[in-house]
Amino acid sequence: MWDNLQLLFVWAPIINVQVILDGIFVGAVFALSAYGLALVWGVMNIKNLAQGDFVIMGGYLAFALHQMHVPLVLILLIVMPLMFIFGWIIYVVMIRRIIDQDMFVSLLATFGLSLLLQQVINLIFGPEVQTIDMEMPVYDAFDNMVTVPSSKIVTLVLAGVIAVAVVLFMKRSRAGQAIRATAQDPRAARVLGIDIDRVYAFTFAFNAALCGAAGVLVSIIWVIQPFYGITYSVRSFAIVTAAGLGNLPAVIGAGFGIGLFEKYTGAILGTAYEVAAPVCILLLVLIYRQIQMRRNRQVVR
Amino acid sequence: MFMKHGIVAAAALAVTLATPALARVDGDTITLGSSISLTGKYATNGLHTQRGYDYAVKVINEAGGVKVGGKSYKLAVKYYDDESTPARGAQLAERLIQQDGVEYMLGPYSSGMTKAIAPVSEKFGVPMVEAEGASRSLFTQGYKYLFAVLSTSEQYLATAVDFAAAKSSDPKSVRIALAFEGDPFSMDVRAGVMDKVKEYGMKVVIDDQLPADLSDMSTTLTKVKALKPDALIISGHSKGAATAARQIDEMKVNVPMIALTHCEAAKVQEKFPKTANGFLCPTQWVETLSKSDAMFGSAADWNAGFKADYPSYTSVPYQSAQASAAVYVFKEAFEAANSLDKDKLRDAISAVEMETFYGDIKFSAQGNNIAKPMFMRQINADGTYGLVEKAGDMVHPRNVAY
Repeated sequence: MWDNLQLLFVWAPIINVQVILDGIFVGAVFALSAYGLALVWGVMNIKNLAQGDFVIMGGYLAFALHQMHVPLVLILLIVMPLMFIFGWIIYVVMIRRIIDQDMFVSLLATFGLSLLLQQVINLIFGPEVQTIDMEMPVYDAFDNMVTVPSSKIVTLVLAGVIAVAVVLFMKRSRAGQAIRATAQDPRAARVLGIDIDRVYAFTFAFNAALCGAAGVLVSIIWVIQPFYGITYSVRSFAIVTAAGLGNLPAVIGAGFGIGLFEKYTGAILGTAYEVAAPVCILLLVLIYRQIQMRRNRQVVR
Repeated sequence: MFMKHGIVAAAALAVTLATPALARVDGDTITLGSSISLTGKYATNGLHTQRGYDYAVKVINEAGGVKVGGKSYKLAVKYYDDESTPARGAQLAERLIQQDGVEYMLGPYSSGMTKAIAPVSEKFGVPMVEAEGASRSLFTQGYKYLFAVLSTSEQYLATAVDFAAAKSSDPKSVRIALAFEGDPFSMDVRAGVMDKVKEYGMKVVIDDQLPADLSDMSTTLTKVKALKPDALIISGHSKGAATAARQIDEMKVNVPMIALTHCEAAKVQEKFPKTANGFLCPTQWVETLSKSDAMFGSAADWNAGFKADYPSYTSVPYQSAQASAAVYVFKEAFEAANSLDKDKLRDAISAVEMETFYGDIKFSAQGNNIAKPMFMRQINADGTYGLVEKAGDMVHPRNVAY
């Protein structure tokens, strides 16, 4: 660990650039799936444990399309609607029935969905680790000390475009307004003529589409395997806990933050601790919140 | 109401299951049992293993099966999916033995799973021939019913350190980077490497542990680029090999020597042909090996037969070959014991001394195979594997063109 710190800050500070860049690239992808989770959580109070598996499912759809030589942008345009339809079906079949139940029912149901998705993906695609090799050029700088694959730049740009589109959609469109109104007060929204059931279905489907997009990006920059979903679920939960519900800029900020924290943890303590990093953040945030709440807590006499 | 019926049905089912079904020898079929990882993190290699078992069973049955006491028996394997979790594996082993009446076991995939299952088969005195648990620690517990056809894991990458030393005028000046997963197998491989590193007095400049759900090791590789070691040694099952190959290319990592386990299992030569060029990969077995037996023919014959049954392989992973060898050991032992009694069978297995397509098999008193060495291969530019018997055969430094 001491060696690693010296390496980072004394011997070869230039590799900080690489670590920071990597953190930003992964943060962008995390932010996408985390925002979907925040939406579903905020609007319908469903804690979706299958979030990571939606991401992996999107990744495998992209992988399948890539095998058919579909170009990247088209892959994204096909996977998102496909995942949207899938999300809608899952809502109608399952989520609608658990939405009024207590928290444990939603946790159990989505955990079951997560297991089901893993196994189905495993049955169809097999357990091999897969990746989409776009065979795009890799840029390097500082005497090859910093390398940036163009696939990661493309990923970042796509994530940015999707994020901006989502913000505009939520702010400007009628559907976005309806979602925000339902999140604030479902009863009042219903009184004002909003079809809550439709809004819920749309939100859940929209979340699946966002996860699908994240999955496409993950399959391009990393590797995917049917059982890797859980790490994305954990990261999404950590980000949402840190950022709060329904606040896209905060979610993006937290996404980048966790990406960077993860990469620095990896550089200093070793790659094995990278996955542990978001869980630590989750813990710290919960402890901080607890202390913050204690200050406001009063005893009723 | 519905719930009530459900409970009754479940109870009825449980009663049926609990009745000891003597599936051990059913008519003219001998049933071997195996809990194998078909889902979860070891699923890739679990499948390779299962196919190796299935292929051997098919070939042996086609050749007339196993002859015990003048009667021919067919072999069959009863599988359960252990989901790559040791606790589940131990549970399923118990279920195989107690509920399904299995008295002969084939091993699971990975040292960790074998470690979980071995105490169970030991408790019931059920002989287990395993082909995929190479951890040294399996053979220091005094197990009597555990036999392994493969070489133990500390031998996997130790040769790579020898090669690195041979390629340097002063082995003490060699700088090594290590990236190993924290599971029993990889840690054993690491121990073997560390022994050699200490022996030569080399310097370890990076010693990173990789997570179980590995999909990104860019931070480790960033450090590798900054420190420019003479050799990079990696072990993290298939996902480790795939992730490393992918990111070594993407980050233009230029190390003169890269050695890693599970190249074949992860199909790196196929998926990352450019990067994989020059990778050193240890293997339990090579298809060019000049060993043969009466059942499967030569190593090349087994290879051709297996590929004909599973055409999706361009290069057959050794995991499948050793799985076939484990089934073959059972056949030989059954015939040598000339009995279906599990204790007589156990003694026959421990006395086995045979040449197979997979190499020689002879078990030590601890149960590991002491007759077969490890091999080191290097991936060529065209994606084929070339045997490297001494450091001089190796392309060094690797030819990289990023």
